[in-house]
Amino acid sequence: MIAFDYSAPDSLAGAVAALDEAGDDGKAIAGGTALVILMMQRLVRPSRLVSLRRIPGLDRIGPADGGIRIGALATHRDVETSPVIRERFPVLAETFRQVATLRIRNIATVGGSLAHADPNQDPPVTLMALGARVRIAGPDGERQLPLDEFFVEYYQTALRQNELIVGVELPFPAPGSGSAFIKFLPRTADDYATVAVTATLALNPDGACREARIALGSVGPTTLRAREAEALLAGERLTEPLLAAAGEAAKRIADPIADQRGSAEYKREMVGVFVRRAIRSAWSGARGANA
Amino acid sequence: MKIRFTVNGSRHDLDVAPQRRLIDLLRYDLGLTGTKEGCSVGVCGACTVLLDGKMISSCLALAVFADGGAVTTVEGLARDERLHPVQQAFIDYGGFQCGICTPGQVVAAKALLDAIPNPTEDEIKEWMMGNLCRCTGYYKIVESIQKAAAR
Repeated sequence: MIAFDYSAPDSLAGAVAALDEAGDDGKAIAGGTALVILMMQRLVRPSRLVSLRRIPGLDRIGPADGGIRIGALATHRDVETSPVIRERFPVLAETFRQVATLRIRNIATVGGSLAHADPNQDPPVTLMALGARVRIAGPDGERQLPLDEFFVEYYQTALRQNELIVGVELPFPAPGSGSAFIKFLPRTADDYATVAVTATLALNPDGACREARIALGSVGPTTLRAREAEALLAGERLTEPLLAAAGEAAKRIADPIADQRGSAEYKREMVGVFVRRAIRSAWSGARGANA
Repeated sequence: MKIRFTVNGSRHDLDVAPQRRLIDLLRYDLGLTGTKEGCSVGVCGACTVLLDGKMISSCLALAVFADGGAVTTVEGLARDERLHPVQQAFIDYGGFQCGICTPGQVVAAKALLDAIPNPTEDEIKEWMMGNLCRCTGYYKIVESIQKAAAR
């Protein structure tokens, strides 16, 4: 690794100031599992590293207005094992459980995962389908962005150089909701997905879909939101033709690349398959919640 | 950078370069070569150590992350001349062949039994999923951990 200066401020304001001062040469580090690899491979060469690990309280998972707040420094394992997340957002706990291995989940953080912006990651898929908002701190204070406006391109986000992720906020799911995360892993359990899909939906008392959110991972330059597929579901009852149409709509926005996990054509085909399965599973969960 | 931490219970005050990785600090600065480097990208598990009781890949952690913390390596499992039950079980039940992955395996298995003293076979497999063995396979590793749990 190339030499760099390292500081570990003990406040959020101190970390933002250090990043602001470092300019384009600066980079924030939390768990380091993504950044250290990029630095060893010399793909990223910051001359100043600002550690967030000494900032107190930034790992907290707690209540927010009408939902919960997950601090940027919460580890994947913290989210996976959090009692409130297991109770209110079981699909999120399950998603984090499927990331890499326990060794990585013990140290990789929620904020680091989002800032890394690798579209192959699982957590952003479920966070997006749950309507997450990203809280961002900068020199002029705090701002928020919906997660579906946060990712820009492969490894690029809306974060400015002197901004940090403080955490994410999730609204509690509406009554009568169901959700499902499906990670298609034809190779090994710790691999990135060939396709990952999360569907969340809320049903009306008459059994028709009130609202749906569908997000896709590993099949485009960013985590994708399948809005056309979502719109097809609204107001409808679950039928085979509806599932087929939603799967086709999701396939149209997929823009996968060919790699060892499959050809682009294969991955696009699998988007259709797994979107149908995720909708069916979320629908059945929502029915159970309404019963 | 000055850091202060413990390794296997012994206190160290060291001056480390920020780009020093934890595995290099352990192996080259402290001479604790039990921890092995395999893939260097956090996948294989050979470099597994515990930081404040949680297993991590020491190939991906900066040494400065250990500041103020407690590191446990394979050298810290035995007490005096007495092997840790996991180590003894790996010997008794053939939980290794060439041995390169073994330090990572036993450190991960110790962390497992600290967290779940009587794990099911599925719990063992899920916990140990990230510790790869390329020669003897996993049956004997799983069996060794089951026997260690029973002791």
